[in-house]
Amino acid sequence: MFAHIVWLVLRKDFTIEVRSLEIAYTTIFFSISCVLVFAFALVQEGRAPEGGAAGILWIAIAFAGTLALGRTFERERQAETLRALLLAPAARPAVYVGKLLGIIILLTAAEAVLVPLVALLFQAPLFAHPFWLVLILLTGTIGFAAVGTLFAAMLVRARSRDVLLPVLLYPITVPVIIAGVRATATLLEPEVDTGVLQVWFALLVCFDVVFLTLALWTFEPLMTD
Amino acid sequence: MPKSFMPLAVVCGLMFAVSPILIADAPYESTMGLVQKIFYVHLPSAWMFLLGAIVCGIASVRFLFRGDPRQDRLAWAAAELVVLFGVLTLVTGPLWARKAWGVWWQWDVRLTASLMGWMVAVAYLLLRKYGGPGSDKLAAGLALFGMANVPFIYISVNYWRTIHPTTSVVPTLPTSFGVPLWFSAATFLLLFLLLLRMRVRLEEQRARVDALYLSMDA
Repeated sequence: MFAHIVWLVLRKDFTIEVRSLEIAYTTIFFSISCVLVFAFALVQEGRAPEGGAAGILWIAIAFAGTLALGRTFERERQAETLRALLLAPAARPAVYVGKLLGIIILLTAAEAVLVPLVALLFQAPLFAHPFWLVLILLTGTIGFAAVGTLFAAMLVRARSRDVLLPVLLYPITVPVIIAGVRATATLLEPEVDTGVLQVWFALLVCFDVVFLTLALWTFEPLMTD
Repeated sequence: MPKSFMPLAVVCGLMFAVSPILIADAPYESTMGLVQKIFYVHLPSAWMFLLGAIVCGIASVRFLFRGDPRQDRLAWAAAELVVLFGVLTLVTGPLWARKAWGVWWQWDVRLTASLMGWMVAVAYLLLRKYGGPGSDKLAAGLALFGMANVPFIYISVNYWRTIHPTTSVVPTLPTSFGVPLWFSAATFLLLFLLLLRMRVRLEEQRARVDALYLSMDA
């Protein structure tokens, strides 16, 4: 039952998105321009600053994620469909998970463009350890999106929601971003220290578990009037 | 206001007058000398900072699941104290670090986590002020995530190798250092409780005025 509702919410969002591809196109284009701004600012005489690639990749993901989160729920607000969604006889956590999966898929699509772009512009060997890179990106994205989906859903009804989303989201998700950046930076070193990598990866998994548990626990009371 | 408020406020004032004398009488620490004295302000304010975050988090959870507005007022009051004592911690810390470590700031785990905890509290206040109707629940959700940060700040020094002293320092302090520290901590705790009570009362009065306005309209 739970999985079925998750699937229905995900399919609904996917069907709406496929019709216009508005959020996907704008998010991906925004993340590309974000990386380009960093490239203009930091790459001098064809040389990228050392160790900058990991940070730039994650900043672009965080910025694009914030934009996507805001847009996804703005759509629900404009059509007054969030209320309908919450009125449906479905478990609230399932609605949350459906929304979360949608955001994660969207961000994964953005990352599929971002990673090659950052690798190209900042001469970073991001593809040297594809398995680890995918693991780190996935766990980092889940942690970021878990908090983001909850906050974006809560903020739908608030005033000045556009500016409040990043204000609330960044202090909470900074640990995830730090762990993601450190893990990616470790991957980019010529000699990868697997021990260090495992510590950061374990930390990312910890944050995912804590954030997901808290979000599933509080989604119901937070979304009740 | 409870009757004991004013006497306790006077006691708190007296304790704040006495604690500098105790701190001045404490012996110099062998390696850091005079600059170590800031420890008697830094540590108690850091404790109050964490205490505020815990009070805010627990009150928020209770508000979220039971809907009791008194818990909401308590959470708001505690969040303001988190910002206040957080500023004290984050100002005294670098002043000490400049002398002890040679740098103002170090991006180590405890410092970063404390700064983030403080920023969550500021975000909480921004949300309460500009979020409009319904922001009370939202803020409660935020406070819950902020509280998840507290144990992380506390244990971080023990698990990561950092230059910040670990939590084992306090129980092993000799009496000559311990007495001024605990006195200072008690003073800060009293100040914390008094400010919390005062701030909750302000919100209570505000809620009462709102209720009166509503009853006039009806």
